[in-house]
Amino acid sequence: MAMTEQQNLMRRLQVQSFAIDDIKLFLDTHPNDRLAMEYYQKYRHLREQTMNNYVKQFGPITPDQVEGTDRWTWIDTPWPWEGVL
Amino acid sequence: MWTYEKRLQYPINIKKPDANAAKIIITQYGGPDGELGASMRYLSQRYSMPFKEAAGILNDIGTEELAHLEMVSTIVHQLTRDLTLEQIQEQGFAPYFVDHTVGVYPQAAAGFPFDALCFASKGDAITDLTEDMAAEQKARTTYDNILRLVDNPEVIDPIRFLREREVVHFQRFGEALRTVQDKLDEKNFYAINPEFDMRKNPR
Repeated sequence: MAMTEQQNLMRRLQVQSFAIDDIKLFLDTHPNDRLAMEYYQKYRHLREQTMNNYVKQFGPITPDQVEGTDRWTWIDTPWPWEGVL
Repeated sequence: MWTYEKRLQYPINIKKPDANAAKIIITQYGGPDGELGASMRYLSQRYSMPFKEAAGILNDIGTEELAHLEMVSTIVHQLTRDLTLEQIQEQGFAPYFVDHTVGVYPQAAAGFPFDALCFASKGDAITDLTEDMAAEQKARTTYDNILRLVDNPEVIDPIRFLREREVVHFQRFGEALRTVQDKLDEKNFYAINPEFDMRKNPR
């Protein structure tokens, strides 16, 4: 089955976030590694773009991304354990 | 997925070592009504919760409890990090010291280690939310008992904050329970278990 735009963006967010999760551990033990720092900055930037794009279209991933004053949409977007994304 | 913020939810800065206080406060880290059990209880219960208000409050209180267990651990750490060997002997801290030095380990005040038997995850919204309300009151009682036993204002202040959060959480779980009951048969809340009988695709 074809992936929806939301699923596509979520996959990209997961991939870019994982790149950071992983390099973060390497940098904890190699804090002066210039190449690893460049890799980190590259993915931090990519992840930020994907995150903004996702949140603008599909709603909050963290509670501090809830926009507006109409409703607390934090509880409306799917929980990760539902298996829809 | 979680990310970490390098800050405490409420400031803690304890200058005077006190093994007696540490021995009792550690129970709110790894004891039967402690923050570790609280967090695991709510984060375990949220998966099958059938209404988004209830799933949301379990997720977010379960997350806040992780911040509380960091606070309790910080209190224990600051109370023990500068203990002298004489203080360790005189204040009855040797039994802990021999196993953990001044490391932080999740155990109850009586010394038994953290045990998941201190909480339940029953797969029934009314059962679980009722347990959660009791759990918050049990933690509140424990903080009240701690406040009866400690006299250092630098310890009392963050403990009062933690105690107050138990009261707020109790209130929110009460509201979640009412929301769940409003969505059930009002003549018999127990006619169905919404976590099992309302599933969309039972296979």
